[in-house]
Amino acid sequence: MILNDTTIQEIKTRMVRYPSRRSAILPALTAAYKQTGHLNDKIYREISKIINIPYVEIAEAATFYTMFPKKEVGRYLIQVCHNISCSLRGADNMLEYLQEKLGIGMGETTPDNMFTLISVECLGGCSAAPMMQVWDTYYEDLTRGKIDKILADLHAQAEKDGD
Amino acid sequence: MEKVLFKYIDEPEQYRIENYIKNGGYRAIQKVFKDFTPEQVIETTKQSGVRGRGGAGFPAGLKWGFVPQNTGKPIYLCCNADESEPGTCKDRVLMERDPHMIIEGIMIASYAINCHHAFVYVRGEFVYPAYRVELAVNEAYEKGYLGKNIFDSGYDLDIVVHTGGGAYICGEETSLLSSLEGRRGNSRIRPPFPAVKGLYGCPTVVNNVETLASLPSIFNNGVEWYRSHGTEKSPGTKIFSLSGNVNRPGNYEVDLGTPLSYIINDLGGGIQDSRKLKAIIPGGSSTPLLMPDQIDTPLDYESMAEAGSMLGSGAIIVIDDRACMVWVIMKLMNFYAHESCGRCTPCREGTVWLKQIINRIENGDGRKGDIELILDICENIIGRTICPLGDAAVMPTRSIIEHFRDEFEYHIEHKKCKVKTDYPFV
Repeated sequence: MILNDTTIQEIKTRMVRYPSRRSAILPALTAAYKQTGHLNDKIYREISKIINIPYVEIAEAATFYTMFPKKEVGRYLIQVCHNISCSLRGADNMLEYLQEKLGIGMGETTPDNMFTLISVECLGGCSAAPMMQVWDTYYEDLTRGKIDKILADLHAQAEKDGD
Repeated sequence: MEKVLFKYIDEPEQYRIENYIKNGGYRAIQKVFKDFTPEQVIETTKQSGVRGRGGAGFPAGLKWGFVPQNTGKPIYLCCNADESEPGTCKDRVLMERDPHMIIEGIMIASYAINCHHAFVYVRGEFVYPAYRVELAVNEAYEKGYLGKNIFDSGYDLDIVVHTGGGAYICGEETSLLSSLEGRRGNSRIRPPFPAVKGLYGCPTVVNNVETLASLPSIFNNGVEWYRSHGTEKSPGTKIFSLSGNVNRPGNYEVDLGTPLSYIINDLGGGIQDSRKLKAIIPGGSSTPLLMPDQIDTPLDYESMAEAGSMLGSGAIIVIDDRACMVWVIMKLMNFYAHESCGRCTPCREGTVWLKQIINRIENGDGRKGDIELILDICENIIGRTICPLGDAAVMPTRSIIEHFRDEFEYHIEHKKCKVKTDYPFV
């Protein structure tokens, strides 16, 4: 089993809130993704058993939604918004700065498995551009100095956690 | 200018139920239960003239009136919090800072349509806003404001907060319903409209966050008061998300009918770095451009239509003279091609084709005839899809070519930008 008891319980708790158990597919995928950081076939099969919906229907829903990585990513997934509002405030150059700083290209993971960098379409932080998201957290009105500090803080957090 | 939705937005603890109540919260719903029949709620909402704030601008009360009450099936309400259009970030503020206002609005709307099970569909990336809404829902349950017999009215209402998976198309109401049912976020052919056959095949109303949040103030203060804001045909206040090349981007609430220049120059502090205004996308990335000489256009549904654009979601994207307009439309088309749900061939194939051509031009490989090809593809997308995503991709494309055709021609002929876009990152 990949999904732990907390995740399974979360899925079961949410399932009963809907008139149809099929509606629990997205909450289940979200709960699984929060635990594992990515989704795959094995996870779809486990969810399929928990909410009693055929595997293929879990997989077809999961593959539609871009928010869930379908392969393993680093400890911290950095998603940079590069749509128009962010780009008008320097997001393209910010992406270049992040690539330079992390020493990786788009879609790649640092050799220490700490950071994966991707660009995404609009994140809804337009009035505080440029911005990026690291897992659940939004970082807005970014500057080079702020990015340096965010990356240093994330490194420090990883060390504190003993990784 | 009186603030209605943002009246308490800067109070740090407004999101807690005690503070919402202290500031007059949950009085409107009690008044509604006491003094109004559901039909009267619908009629009052119609009289207020409040229109859907998600982009389409359809009168809210009229929409509720379409819900059949005699089908024997449950009726559902979905609060559309899947805010995903580039430039739009207003609902997020309400969700984070005043979520009980949304919940009270859901209660009023639910009572009006006889719904006992409502959903809040929040875009997946909005983890913190979803957390705040769920916290508010839990607080309301703990206080007995949700569940059975709320406010001793005999009325039962449950609210479920549901998060999506990062798909723009799920903000379109039929796709939202597909997604909420656990399916891919594909749009559905209308008719039947969701009011008749929506979630789980039952009558359903989908209302935007800001629309629902407007309701408590209408029932607290009355129709006349609400109509004292805004214009005759576009009453009330509206939140505008200001982004791009201005000195003070942000979310600002003003009366509908306020000139665009007031938002950009007075609230937004004018154009960034004292640059020259080049163009404005006034209502979210899907709306046609306004040009600098249209900066005094009043921000209401009718005036924006007369000016050749749309009020849309109220997301004003300001573009200064550093931007190449081929680059601007490339950014937008990359978005629409990525976010097309793939169900309709003209949209699925057309947006990707447009993206490829525009990227090719931007990268210096434009060909003679590309502009005509783009316009031809646009012609074969617009009006030929189930949902408006195809139209949303076409409208800014056509508008940018109409106003800045010379930049496309220059790009194709000289294999480079007329204006090299390079916004610094400091």
